[in-house]
Amino acid sequence: MNDLLTVSSSPHIRHADSTNGIMFDVIIALLPAAVYGCFLFGLYSAAVICTCVLTALLSEFLWNIILKKPQSVGDLSAIVTGLLLGLNLPPKTPLWVAAIGSFAAIIVIKQMFGGIGYNFVNPAIGARIILLVSFPSFLAGASNFVEPISLDTVTSATPLEVRGIAGAAVPTVKELFFGMNSGCIGETSAFLLLVGGIYLVARRVIKPIIPLSFIGTVAVMSLIFSGSINEMLYQILTGGLMIGAIFMATDYTTSPATKWGKLIFGIGCGLITFVIRKFGNLPEGVSYSIILMNILVPHIDKLTAKKPFGVKEAESNG
Amino acid sequence: MGKERILSPIKKIRSGISLPHLKGTAELETVFFNPEKVCIPLSQHIGAPCSPCVEVGQEVFVGTKIGDNDAPVCAPIHSSVSGKVTAIVSRNVDGKKTDFIEIESDGKMELDKELKPFPIKTKEDFVKAARLCGLVGLGGAGFPTHIKLNYPETCEIDTLVVNAAECEPYITSDYREAMENPNDLVDCIYLLKDVLKIEKVVIGVEGNKPKAIKNLYAIATDKRDFDDKVKLMKLPTKYPQGAEKVIIYSATGRVLPAGKLPSDVGCIVMNITSLCVLYRFITKGIPLVSKRITVEGTAVKEPKNVTVPIGTKVSELIDFCGGVNDDADKIILGGPMMGNSIADKESVVEKRTNAVLVMKSKAPDTVTPCIRCGRCAESCPMGLTPAKVETANRCSNVEDYLKLNVNLCMECGSCSFVCPAKRPLTQVMRVAKAEVRRMK
Repeated sequence: MNDLLTVSSSPHIRHADSTNGIMFDVIIALLPAAVYGCFLFGLYSAAVICTCVLTALLSEFLWNIILKKPQSVGDLSAIVTGLLLGLNLPPKTPLWVAAIGSFAAIIVIKQMFGGIGYNFVNPAIGARIILLVSFPSFLAGASNFVEPISLDTVTSATPLEVRGIAGAAVPTVKELFFGMNSGCIGETSAFLLLVGGIYLVARRVIKPIIPLSFIGTVAVMSLIFSGSINEMLYQILTGGLMIGAIFMATDYTTSPATKWGKLIFGIGCGLITFVIRKFGNLPEGVSYSIILMNILVPHIDKLTAKKPFGVKEAESNG
Repeated sequence: MGKERILSPIKKIRSGISLPHLKGTAELETVFFNPEKVCIPLSQHIGAPCSPCVEVGQEVFVGTKIGDNDAPVCAPIHSSVSGKVTAIVSRNVDGKKTDFIEIESDGKMELDKELKPFPIKTKEDFVKAARLCGLVGLGGAGFPTHIKLNYPETCEIDTLVVNAAECEPYITSDYREAMENPNDLVDCIYLLKDVLKIEKVVIGVEGNKPKAIKNLYAIATDKRDFDDKVKLMKLPTKYPQGAEKVIIYSATGRVLPAGKLPSDVGCIVMNITSLCVLYRFITKGIPLVSKRITVEGTAVKEPKNVTVPIGTKVSELIDFCGGVNDDADKIILGGPMMGNSIADKESVVEKRTNAVLVMKSKAPDTVTPCIRCGRCAESCPMGLTPAKVETANRCSNVEDYLKLNVNLCMECGSCSFVCPAKRPLTQVMRVAKAEVRRMK
C-alpha cells in the first residue's frame, strides 16, 4: 500500500455513465436509420453523412487548437451533431453544402456560444435551418429527393409534398412506417428510429416524455382537424417528426430538465409543428418547432423548477 | 399471526438513486479485536470537545469516564480498554487541533467496577442515561443523543422511527446488529415506547435485507405489543433512504420543514445500533466504548465485521483484516457516499465510525462541461438543483445560494454520483454551505 493516501471529497464512487458514453449510445441508436438510409438512397447519401461527421469533427478539433482550448472532440458530441445533420439532409445534397452546414452547426451554433452544454439551440437543427434559408434550392426542391433505389431512381418529392400534387402516387402507411418512401436520408424509417428511441430509453439516456408528448400532440391535433386516422398516421410518419422528436428534441442542453418541463416542451413542439404543417407555407415544421421551443427552454425550466423538500413557496424565493 | 406487520412505506421519495449494494460482509459473524493501545479523541461528536478528566499514569478500566465537558452539546467519553493512561497529546485532525488520550491496554478488558445498571422510569432518566452512556448518533452524524431525547414538553411525540435502513454500499454493521442482537433492540423499543408514551413504532429496513426483516419480524411479533403498534416497514432500496428526513417521510408521510427537528413533526428517529448501545447501558451499565466496524472495500484482503474498542488505530484494524492489496491508496471512514477519506493511517475509530473502507487506486475522473442532463436535480432527495449552485459558485454569486436553499443539502453525494460529466457537485455544495455560514 502507498504511504501517501489519496484524499478526496465524498462521494468516493461514481456512476459509470459519462458524457462520451451517452453520446456513444446516441450514435448507436442512430446507426440503424443511417445504414438503412444509405441502403435506400444509394452510396452518395453515405458520402453526405460522412462529410457532415468529418466536417463536424474537424471544425471542433481546429477550433480548440486555434483558440488553445482543451481538446473536446473526445466527448463524441461532434459526431452526434454531424450524424444528425447528415440524416436530416436530402440524399442528393451537394457535399459542399453539407460541409457548410456542419461547420455552421459546430462553430457558429455550438462553439461560439461556449461549446457543449452552452448552445441555446440544437446545433444540427440550427444548421439545417441555416441551410434551408441559405440554399433553398438544394434543400427543399423536389429535385434533391430520390425515389428509393430499389424502386427507380427518378427524382421525386417527399410524401408531404407529393400529397399536394394531384395524381402522384402516395405511399401507403405501411411503406411509410418501414421507410420505403423518399425523404431525407435518415428520416424515412419510423420503425428503425423507434428502435433507436427504445434503445435510448432502455439505456436511460433519454426519458420518453418529450417524444411521446411531441408525437402525441401532432397525432391528436391532426385527428381533431381531419377526423381521419389515415391522415393522422401520415402526419406522424412523414417528414422529420420521428427523428426530430426522438433524437433532436431530447437533446439535454436544449430541452427542459424537469418532467413537467419536458411535457410542456413536447406539447409545444407538437403544436407548432402542426400549425406550420397545416397553415404554413414551409415544407417542414419539425425543425422550426424544435428551434422555437429550444429558445423557450430557460423559461420553461424556471417555471417548472423543483420545489425543495420542506420549504414553503415564500421562503424558497427569499 | 393474522396481523399485518410488514408495512409498505407511507410515501416514497421520487428522487434518490440506485446504488450497487456490495454488502459482501453481510453474513459474516462479528469478530472481536483488542489492540494493545488505543488513542481516544476527545471530540467525537457535534458540539464542544471534552476536557480530559484523567491524568497520565492513572489506571483506567473499560467504561471509566476519561473526558467530559459541561457544555450543553457534548457527550462524555469513556475508556475503551483497561490499562494505564500513557499520554494526553494534541494532534491535527482535518485541520483542527484535537486532544487524544492514549491508553495502553493490559489485555484484560476489565470493566470498571462502578458501572451498574441504570433503571429507567421517566423521560428524564432516558435523557440522563443517554448522556451518561456517551451516546451519539451512530448512523454517522455524531449528534449527542441526550439532546435529541430531551425534546421540549410542548412536542407531542407519537412515532418512534427505528432507522435500520443502512443505505450506503458496503456497510453491514447495523445489519449485523439486527441479526445478532434483535432482542436488545426490541426490548429497548418497548422500554422507550412505554416510558415516553409513544404511540407507534416503525422499524424501517431496506428491502435488500430480507433476512433482517425476517429476523426482526419474528421478534416484533411480541406479546408486549398487545395493541399492534410496533410495525416493521420494508423501505424502498433507494439511496439515501436512511437520511433522517427521508426515512421520516417514508415511515410517516410527514415532511420535515427546513430547519426543524424531527420532534417538531412528532417523530424521534433512532439508529438501530444506538438503541442497542443504550439498552446495554440501561441493563448492564456499559457505556459506548466499542463499535462494530465493517472493514471492506476493493482493496481489503479479508473483509470482516469487527467489534473494536473506540480509539483503535485504523492501520491496526486493517492489518487484523489481512492487510491490503498493493494497489490500495484510499482509506475511507464511513461509507463510500458520505464517508471521509483520511490522510493519515494513524487515524482512529471513533464513536460514529461504522465502516473502514480501503479502496484501490484509480485514475481521477476527467471533469467535462455540464451537459444540462438534469440528473443531479433528479437525484437530489432534498429537491435542490446542484448544477445551478455550481453556476452560482463559478460566478461567486453568494446571494443565489440562499435562493437555491443550499442549507437543505445533507451532502449525501447523489448529485456527484450520477453526474455523467463527473463534476464535483457535492463538493461545491459544501463550499456553498460554508460560505452561507460565513455570511451569517
